[in-house]
Amino acid sequence: MKPAPFTRHVPRTVDEVVSALAEFAPLDGRILAGGQSLVPIMAFRMARPAHLIDINEVEGLDRLAVDGDYLSIGARVRHGAFHKPVIDGPLGKLLAFVVSHIAHYPIRMRGTFCGSLAHADPASEWCLVAATLDAQLVVKSVRGDRIVDVTDFLEGIMSTSLAEDEFLAEARLPLLPDDTKFGFYEFSRRAGDFAMSAALVTYRLVDGVITDACVGIGGAEDRARRIPEAENVLNGQAPSPELFVAAGEAAATAIEPLEDAQTTAEYRRDLVRAVTRRALERSTQ
Amino acid sequence: MTVHTKGSGTTWVGRSIRRLEDPSLVTGRGRFTADLPATHWVRFVRSSVAAGTIEKVSAPEGAGIVTARDLTKLKPIRPMLSKFNYVAVGQPILADGVVRFTGESIAAVYAPSKDKAEDIADQVEVEIAEGTPLIDSMDALADNAPLVHADTKHNVIVEGRIATPGFEDIWKTAHQVLRVEARSRRQNATPMEARAGHAAYDSATGRVTLTCTTQMPHLTRTAVCDILGIPESELRVVAPDVGGGFGQKMSLAPEYVLLVWLARKLSSSVAWTEDRRENLIASFHSRDQHVQLEGAFDAKGKLLALRGDIVANIGAYSCFPTTCGVEPLMALAELPGPYDVRAYDCRSRGVMTNTCPMAPYRGVSRPVITFVLERLMDKAAAAFGIEPTELRRRNLIDKFPYTSATGLVFDDGSYKETMEMAIKAIDLDAFRKRQKTARDAGRYLGIGIATFSERTGYGSPAFAARGMEITPGFETVYLTIDPSGFVEARIGSSPHGQGLRTSLAQIIADEIGIDPEFIKVVHGDTDRAPYGWGTFASRSLVLSGGASLLAAQKIRAKLLKMASHLLEAAPEDITLQSGSAHVIGTDRSVTIASMARAAYHQAHIFKGEIEPGLTETGTYDPSGTFSNACHVAIVEVDIETGRVEMEKFLVAEDAGLIINPMIADGQVHGGVAQGIGNALLEEIIYDETGNILTSTLADFLPPTTHEIPEIELHHIETLTGNSITKAKGLGEGGAIGAPAAVISAINDALSPFGVSIDEMPATPQRIRAALRNSGKLPNTLPSTGRLA
Ligand SMILES: Cc1cc2nc3c(=O)[nH]c(=O)nc-3n(C[C@H](O)[C@H](O)[C@H](O)COP(=O)(O)OP(=O)(O)OC[C@H]3O[C@@H](n4cnc5c(N)ncnc54)[C@H](O)[C@@H]3O)c2cc1C
Repeated sequence: MKPAPFTRHVPRTVDEVVSALAEFAPLDGRILAGGQSLVPIMAFRMARPAHLIDINEVEGLDRLAVDGDYLSIGARVRHGAFHKPVIDGPLGKLLAFVVSHIAHYPIRMRGTFCGSLAHADPASEWCLVAATLDAQLVVKSVRGDRIVDVTDFLEGIMSTSLAEDEFLAEARLPLLPDDTKFGFYEFSRRAGDFAMSAALVTYRLVDGVITDACVGIGGAEDRARRIPEAENVLNGQAPSPELFVAAGEAAATAIEPLEDAQTTAEYRRDLVRAVTRRALERSTQ
Repeated sequence: MTVHTKGSGTTWVGRSIRRLEDPSLVTGRGRFTADLPATHWVRFVRSSVAAGTIEKVSAPEGAGIVTARDLTKLKPIRPMLSKFNYVAVGQPILADGVVRFTGESIAAVYAPSKDKAEDIADQVEVEIAEGTPLIDSMDALADNAPLVHADTKHNVIVEGRIATPGFEDIWKTAHQVLRVEARSRRQNATPMEARAGHAAYDSATGRVTLTCTTQMPHLTRTAVCDILGIPESELRVVAPDVGGGFGQKMSLAPEYVLLVWLARKLSSSVAWTEDRRENLIASFHSRDQHVQLEGAFDAKGKLLALRGDIVANIGAYSCFPTTCGVEPLMALAELPGPYDVRAYDCRSRGVMTNTCPMAPYRGVSRPVITFVLERLMDKAAAAFGIEPTELRRRNLIDKFPYTSATGLVFDDGSYKETMEMAIKAIDLDAFRKRQKTARDAGRYLGIGIATFSERTGYGSPAFAARGMEITPGFETVYLTIDPSGFVEARIGSSPHGQGLRTSLAQIIADEIGIDPEFIKVVHGDTDRAPYGWGTFASRSLVLSGGASLLAAQKIRAKLLKMASHLLEAAPEDITLQSGSAHVIGTDRSVTIASMARAAYHQAHIFKGEIEPGLTETGTYDPSGTFSNACHVAIVEVDIETGRVEMEKFLVAEDAGLIINPMIADGQVHGGVAQGIGNALLEEIIYDETGNILTSTLADFLPPTTHEIPEIELHHIETLTGNSITKAKGLGEGGAIGAPAAVISAINDALSPFGVSIDEMPATPQRIRAALRNSGKLPNTLPSTGRLA
């Protein structure tokens, strides 16, 4: 459980990060953020980067602030930063509720929000949050900056549209209107384990009916995403137990379930049905 | 039966004094094998395939590497049983041409640091012509199955059968026959500290000191020396602080043999620290059993006869010293459990496969057979339409000594009493009401009961019955009061975290009148401790405790004799207390410390009537004793996801006289936690190619504090004549009863669906699949608030 040999680089500025990436990415170089995903797989020698570009000393990347109508989350912002609501309103509460489901306390004090997105584990809670809330991602390289929609960013199991020389400098989450309702529910074998399925829902009630429904599912498919079929069931309807059951059914039917030695497609659909309905029920509590 | 309630508190025995071993452990000053510095670090190159022949092993230029070719003078590990159709098979220290399981060591490389050793191991290329692996025991039994070892028939390495006379006649009188087919999946004991070894060659004496994390230092010495062909005086084995073992560290690790060989070859120190992945794939596994059980009952629900067929998947090799017979033969002898049944017919086989070898794990077979037998009893209760506790009441043994159908003799116990105590403490009637209300609201609560016996502290006669070439049993203690008046007890047992230093000190303290803090228990060093068997089978307190008591009684007699000389009083008039000998009813006394000094430095004053020095030996080799307990689990099953939430766990337990209640409770807590993991979470999974899918603690899931509910404990202390300290063992009971209780509770919760969960662990996937197949899932679903 010792990683293969590597060289560690410690840039101080974002410019130094991107030039280091430009230089070392072709030589099997990678970003090291919180290290909570990368270091374990290096210890198993499933990853053997020759160079690590450690961003933990880069100035400014710990910025967590509201810019206009979104929340900016810099690449050094740790999961633990969200333990208490970072802003007033539903978004701060939502993030504080979700974060407690990520791993365990010590891991949350190191792992980063952007690292979770870059790592793109299908069960990552932050990927689910980003997908459900239509996050935008600020990607930098020596070739220039680009802003990417989350749907174009998450590509599959541990796979994103980041080019090898690109750095995810910041994630932007749109602020939620004050009357937004949200609910989150996840299913895992033990407390702190990766979710076997999770659902995040947000919507507003206008004249007693649901509008702007966003239903995100994580852990069930190769990436977290919104499920329009479930949203269509909800929009324009008054919340009710029956409606929530129907939305759960729609989500369970719509997904392309991940399967493994223990988990059949059928079981994954069972979970999606349950977590969707339960997230919706929580949104009313 | 005598029920004894704890004494007045004037003795050390019976008090929850703090563990003497803890100050160093909780302040980071414990001494573990992996802390030792070494000149060379070893990394094993392990097979990535389950079956095949090795065609080529090539290492980078100049690398330090050992393969089987270097070890031709070493004997294989070849444990032996003289009974039960046992076929002796050998395990080479490094795979010799053939690999038989994923993770088997093919080569060992060494380098000046752990990292470098791993880098080199990474570059070793191994070419293997893959064979067809056998993973499941049922496949291995098939007619045309390949053989893991050529000498076996159908891969059966051991086979036992017990059939009581006239079985069929009794079977025919049955009013009702019930049947269970159960599967206990494979597990890993997962001690907090994985294995580690350090071998240092001493150029002055030519001796090697092997420090390793073992439960059996003396047996390790014997085994390593036999394999290398060297006298035992050439090897010292030290087990320093050991971070749990649970049986995994009682079997010989071939890795340790390699370390000693290499230290001698290099005339240097070499070390290996196992990582968690190696531990999960290649240390030892356990529990992999398939059991079919039928019970014949009379019209009143009394069990008349039991018929069983047990298949234990024992993996690719047989473990030393117990042999792989330990699982199937324990199951064969103890399957009837605490129930009175006169007719018994059972066959039990150990079957070889291309999987990691099996070793004993806390409870050894009994977690499995208790689970299966309790499933049968629950099914019978349902068939007779009575409470599961009522069915047990009609069948539990209550007259002692009781000789079982398999010839085991049960000493005094409290099988019924602990169950009644548990029923009362949990308030079964109130629970049934609560269960009904919850069910009406669409929530599924269940209660599960497990009653069982735990055979503990058995000496050599019990092991001899298995025909073991190496027959464990006795324990010896050397007890010394040195000239400074401090006490040292050198013991052959080798605790791995269970507080034995404290418990033994309490037993000795009462006898010799010296407080426990002045009594040091020395263990885990073959140069210092008497030859002993180490720690396993809930034996250490009974056997080392008994030997300590015997030695302490001799010291006491000698002290009284000395005091009688010095105080000029009859020994009967003298007491030993708080470090002094007192003449009762007078103010005349002498300190034990001054008597100790006199024993060595003023021996002449005893005029040749008392031998100089103050050392006595106690050896104890009893027939064994049975502890018993009743476990109760309350669970809630989430029928939508199959998830089981533990609400409460209760244990009413009887392990005879409790020496230190806090330590005893800790043993039960730990065992129950492992049992809950056994029932719900832990499973080693192989794919069909023999690759392990659960090689990290993200995939193999021991329970965490979140998954363990409050555990409530109650004790009865039945004093047995089978243990001179009156203490019975209780190291394994927690792990034996808990799986059965949890599975029973799940089945109780799911009774409206008519499903039967007969497989451990009862994962959410399995539970949900069973529910789906029942076709009885309701349309209306419970609200989540309470389940969240
Ligand atoms: C026991 C355990 C349990 C866990 N449970 C959960 C869980 O329940 N839910 C969950 O979501 N996560 C869980 N994690 C993972 C944890 O949240 C990680 O912190 C997170 O996935 C990655 O963030 P990091 O900052 O640690 O990234 P690192 O480990 O440093 O990096 C991960 C990958 O992303 C790349 N990377 C990181 N940052 C950037 C960037 N800014 N730009 C480009 N590439 C980048 C790295 O090069 C690397 O390939 C768990 C981890 C452990 C050890």
